Amino acid sequence: MNKTWNNGAWFMVLPVLLIVALNAVVPLMTVVNYSVQETFGDNLFFFEGARWFRDVLASERFHASLGRQFVFTGIILAIEIPLGVAIALAMPRGGIWASVCLVLMALPLLIPWNVVGAMWNIFALPDIGLLGYGLNWLGFDYNFTRQPLSAWFTVVLMDVWHWTSLVVLLAYAGLRSIDDSYYQAARIDGASRWAVFRFIQLPKLKHVLTIAFLLRFMDSFMIYTEPFVLTGGGPGNTTTFLSIDLVKAALGEFNLGIAAAMSLIYFLMTLLVCWLFYTLMMQGSEKS
Amino acid sequence: MDLSWMAWTWQTATFFVVIALLLAGMRVWEWAQPGGAPRHGVLGLDTTRGDRLFISLLSAAYIHLGWLAATAAPLWWATVLSVVFAAAVFRWV
Repeated sequence: MNKTWNNGAWFMVLPVLLIVALNAVVPLMTVVNYSVQETFGDNLFFFEGARWFRDVLASERFHASLGRQFVFTGIILAIEIPLGVAIALAMPRGGIWASVCLVLMALPLLIPWNVVGAMWNIFALPDIGLLGYGLNWLGFDYNFTRQPLSAWFTVVLMDVWHWTSLVVLLAYAGLRSIDDSYYQAARIDGASRWAVFRFIQLPKLKHVLTIAFLLRFMDSFMIYTEPFVLTGGGPGNTTTFLSIDLVKAALGEFNLGIAAAMSLIYFLMTLLVCWLFYTLMMQGSEKS
Repeated sequence: MDLSWMAWTWQTATFFVVIALLLAGMRVWEWAQPGGAPRHGVLGLDTTRGDRLFISLLSAAYIHLGWLAATAAPLWWATVLSVVFAAAVFRWV
């Protein structure tokens, strides 16, 4: 390889670098500074060392919200990824109905988070909402403002409604990019529908599904607005996910040190997962 | 420019300066002794020098957190452990 290396183009990235520095690096540095200090307001800070980190790591409350966060992310991934692939497989391959399906699928993605939360709040109210009233009419004892199980059911259902479309669109795009000759070869070999899925479609979908998985993992791991508007983290603390807990600590209780230590631990978890996925994806693509 | 709202301490400032120096040091190292191309390490990953620095820094963060969670002994031991771990990462990963 005799390419001339000219790194001059990197200077074109400078404006972006400046913006990122201002809106990401500087705030992050401030969070690091907060995480080792105690403040009582008025811009007065007292050095506390690693105390907040110790406190957060030993805190039952943090363990509980972290646990809830992982359970929530696990549940929605286990539902949305297979469901998304199934819907994408069932969608028409072309023609007017393909466009109709795509538009219908894209609709939930266009609705802002707080609106989704408000919609589902009203939709699920046991006395006037269609879902809540309907479930109670059918004989289920359902009240998401009082029962933890109902609240979880509603939050999960809301997320599935809002975000499965993303998986569908990605999987659909992946399916459309598979060359027809694979299907022809499979037909000649007399492959079953399952074998076509297992040995042609699924391997070809690997990359888009990794991206879908990564996006849904990150998004659900950082979820805030929808459950906050829907349940406010309740009943009790049963739907208080990590970000809701973080905002409670930072803005509700003004525990800036604890909140900063929590955000850094949160950030490190996100960073680790991103790195893992990115590495697995890149290594996989180099091998294939 | 007034930076008092950022609530700097000399400890955190040192932390960021060390990271900046590490990045600059990597540049100098590559310039003095090129060899940052990917190689296949013990984890089965192809890593460049930059990747190894990232892995070392991220592991250092987790080692420190683990230390804080597990023991009340001084945090410096976690730092020593992180440096040893980083050396191993640069040697074998």
